[in-house]
Amino acid sequence: MSRYDRQIKLKEVGPEGQEKLRNAKVLIVGVGGLGCPAAMYLVGAGVGTIGLMDHDRVDKSNLHRQILFQELDIGKPKAIVAKERLEKQNSDVQFEVYEEPLTIANAEKIIKQYDMVLDGTDNFETKYLINDSCLLADKPWVFASIYKNEGQLSVFNYKDGPTYRCVFPKSTRENISCETTGVLGVLPGILGSLQAAEVLKIILGAGEVLSGKLKLINMMRGSEQTIKINKRPEEVDKIRKEGIAPVYIDCDLKNAEHWYLDVREVFEQPKPKGKKVLNIPLSDLTLRYQEIPNNQKVFVFCQSGKRSKNAIEILKNEFGFHNLKNVEGGIETIIDG
Amino acid sequence: MKVTVKYFGLVAEAAEKSEEVMELKGQLTASELKTQCLNGLSIVDKDSVQIAVNQNLDDKTTLKDGDEVALLPPFAGG
Repeated sequence: MSRYDRQIKLKEVGPEGQEKLRNAKVLIVGVGGLGCPAAMYLVGAGVGTIGLMDHDRVDKSNLHRQILFQELDIGKPKAIVAKERLEKQNSDVQFEVYEEPLTIANAEKIIKQYDMVLDGTDNFETKYLINDSCLLADKPWVFASIYKNEGQLSVFNYKDGPTYRCVFPKSTRENISCETTGVLGVLPGILGSLQAAEVLKIILGAGEVLSGKLKLINMMRGSEQTIKINKRPEEVDKIRKEGIAPVYIDCDLKNAEHWYLDVREVFEQPKPKGKKVLNIPLSDLTLRYQEIPNNQKVFVFCQSGKRSKNAIEILKNEFGFHNLKNVEGGIETIIDG
Repeated sequence: MKVTVKYFGLVAEAAEKSEEVMELKGQLTASELKTQCLNGLSIVDKDSVQIAVNQNLDDKTTLKDGDEVALLPPFAGG
């Protein structure tokens, strides 16, 4: 008996549907709270090819919601750990691993190799990048996002349907992730499972795909609402005409005369303007510490003040910097507006 | 004229409520009601908050009695 017997029994699947699943290629961008459960269900269902993209490593604080990872995986690359775990779940499935972030340089090329994208990201920049790349590559993508106890879900760019920009035309500075606000692990579990369901429906051509609709879920209240969305042709045309531009959201510093060191990744927003702002991601510090002035006070910041604290420890202990001051409250406390 | 306003995400948090019934005087568009509701709330990017009227994304409609307005900020977490 086939391992897929229990789903082949459904009229929406059948042997033909199972063949469709076997031939399908799905790229999962971000193997975190959403990506882990989504990947497990897609692998279980026998989706033939799955791309796993994540440039991050497993952290202890991921374990309560990123259910592919175990204690012994702490410190290891998420994409690789996920692949090893999922291979044991289903040896029929082919995996492609991308241990890199999705960028303007690689997005279209990678996305073109798949039938659709499942969005497991935790920042607006990558969501807009997925949106615009999928629009240009003519692929649907299954979106989900979380804020504390609430979730949003939709399928964008499906059969020429609305895109993320048709709901939220512009990226925003309010980039708040689960890292800073907190979340119960089960909420991304619910949203990631619903994303997997949408992927399966698209592949099987079954049921009603959540296109042109934005589903809002509040787990604590147990409530759900679906908002109808329409295409904003001007937003779609603009991307088609101009291609993908980096979304840099500028902001002004309260004290632009100081030196600043931004240890966030290059895609993190907003970006303070100024000649005395250095952007060296935490991961590159040991290679690029010589760029940092050591004879005058430098304010070190990140999104929340945590990574910048680590950065200062490294620079102080390993390279003898004594002129660094941590911006405790993160970027929002040093910018205007 | 009464309308129900539903708040989501950080808007609900800033407003310290998830729903309220508002008594409106005169004609008001959905967008004008949004400005009124968000006024004084500590939300950095008010432009990013979208409006749905009776479960349709729309900010231009002039509101009528019994309408349900939802204020939807974008979420990024995952």
